[in-house]
Amino acid sequence: MKQVLEFEKPIVELREKINELKNLTKDSEMDLSDEIKTLEKRLEKLEFGIYSNLSPWEKVQIARHADRPTTLEYIEMIFTDFVELHGDRLYGDDPSIVTGIAKFCNIPVTIIGHQRGKNTKDNIYRNFGSPHPEGYRKALRQMKLAAKFNRPIITFIDTKGAHPGKAAEERGQSEAIARNLMEMGSLQVPIISVVIGEGGSGGALAIGVADKLHMLENATYSVISPEGAASILWKDSKFASKAAESLKITASDLKELGIIDQIIPEPKGGAHKDIQYQAEQIAQYIKDTLMELKEINRDELIEQRWEKYKKIGFYE
Amino acid sequence: MLIKNFFTKKKKYASIPSEKAKQEIPQGLMLKCEGCQKIFYIREWSKHLNVCPECGYHHKLPAHDRIDSLMDEGTFEEWDQHMTSKNPLNFPNYEEKLLKDKEKTELAEAVVTGKGKINGNETAIAVMDAQFRMGSMGSVVGDKIAKAIERARELQIPIIIFTASGGARMQEGMLSLMQMAKTSIAVERFNRSGGCMIVVMTNPTTGGVSASFASIGDYHFAEPGALIGFAGRRIIEQTIREKLPKDFQTAEFQLEHGQIDKVIPRSELKQSLSVVLNLHQVGGGQA
Ligand SMILES: [Zn+2]
Repeated sequence: MKQVLEFEKPIVELREKINELKNLTKDSEMDLSDEIKTLEKRLEKLEFGIYSNLSPWEKVQIARHADRPTTLEYIEMIFTDFVELHGDRLYGDDPSIVTGIAKFCNIPVTIIGHQRGKNTKDNIYRNFGSPHPEGYRKALRQMKLAAKFNRPIITFIDTKGAHPGKAAEERGQSEAIARNLMEMGSLQVPIISVVIGEGGSGGALAIGVADKLHMLENATYSVISPEGAASILWKDSKFASKAAESLKITASDLKELGIIDQIIPEPKGGAHKDIQYQAEQIAQYIKDTLMELKEINRDELIEQRWEKYKKIGFYE
Repeated sequence: MLIKNFFTKKKKYASIPSEKAKQEIPQGLMLKCEGCQKIFYIREWSKHLNVCPECGYHHKLPAHDRIDSLMDEGTFEEWDQHMTSKNPLNFPNYEEKLLKDKEKTELAEAVVTGKGKINGNETAIAVMDAQFRMGSMGSVVGDKIAKAIERARELQIPIIIFTASGGARMQEGMLSLMQMAKTSIAVERFNRSGGCMIVVMTNPTTGGVSASFASIGDYHFAEPGALIGFAGRRIIEQTIREKLPKDFQTAEFQLEHGQIDKVIPRSELKQSLSVVLNLHQVGGGQA
């Protein structure tokens, strides 16, 4: 059963009606081809109207869609020879972050990404894509190996945030995130990050300090969840859609603010409508970005990374 | 000057317990301890740097009072004093909130940076003020801290950062989040140059500040009882569906869990910091 979002209902209903008519004509002598053509035109217009004017809150719904492709799906479609690597060598292995090595266009690369589950059981195993400190420490271990072996790092961001739990606090969630931010500043290999779903605050940034940061068209990236902001500001999470608007969390808003580099187009209605197309798009952007970054010498690379982050901010 | 500030700034502490008490306590002269609930003369408090003389509860300390309490007289030189926030996202009511806090604290933003001497040891310093937008980190706070770290690097002096923050500043959205990266990379550059960074975590040090520069110093100290952690207590309780112990995320809890080096009472901080600074002087240990 596919998840249907509220704002998509008119599209789904119209498509069902068209299908009904088609079935009707199949089994009878009636000719309804004109009617069907008219309705198909209307559907096209309706889809265009809805999908090209998505509100920030509607994009949040798409970014969180149950069928939205996850890191592991993209890894399978974009890379070859993937070897998943586990564990932080300190405490455990965190399945909410996937790390490993693979080939991309014949170049060895390191891949790190948040991993949500695709169903309830999987989601419990993956902790809904919300990492504990050991997830970030596993990621850091892989990043250091990448630097040692001169492999570019590609990260996929897709999390509601770092896990807010007792054990996570006891094992130093803050320190794990902070250390990654710091270390990512000095890794002398290209780092490319792609926000594929939801980018949730520090838990997202902890694998997202990058030379180039791209976002899928309907992905979001926010300092606080819209629901969280709404309950602080208006004492009611029902105002989440208003908060999503105010927080400027969409790819186009963040491009304008100079936070991200490029917007990767999605198929009409979201990445889950055509995963193959989406994977090809992502691969193309990663390839172009890698070509651009590989020309830069190592010292220059980290100097440019610092200059980039140094510039972010508005004040008088 | 201190006493005058208390009259204008510290009314928040004077939350009066009952109507009867309200009649008995002259407004602006007395305060109630957040720890033991006892009422004290403001004079008595300021003498103890806002630490309760009875139970030792460490109340918030305004940034400039903190600096006065640490720096040798006449040595403090402030940096970027006038940097002030704009409203880059046109976030509802942000300007009004900034204005209100500027009046309340007489500060331009939630952190004061500069350099000076502690018992003769030269050091850079950044002091956050929890009374200004809960010490939250937006563009200005992030930039002032990163600039202070960079200046300490250029001057080849240590830096001491007093953290007091509820986290990243929501009203500047992703610009705030990116300050976590900016400040942390500044620390990394400072480390590479061999700089010494001391963090003193005060109440509260949470969220995006805890998860960036605050947690990657060379030495981590904290004031007694300070709230230190990543996620908020209420959110954690909702997530794990159980009540957390009272001391969860206190300085003492963090000491026990290996996240800080030492808990130091406010009254001993100047002495302790100058000892550590002195141990980092070239040649070591001249008095
Ligand atoms: Zn007391």
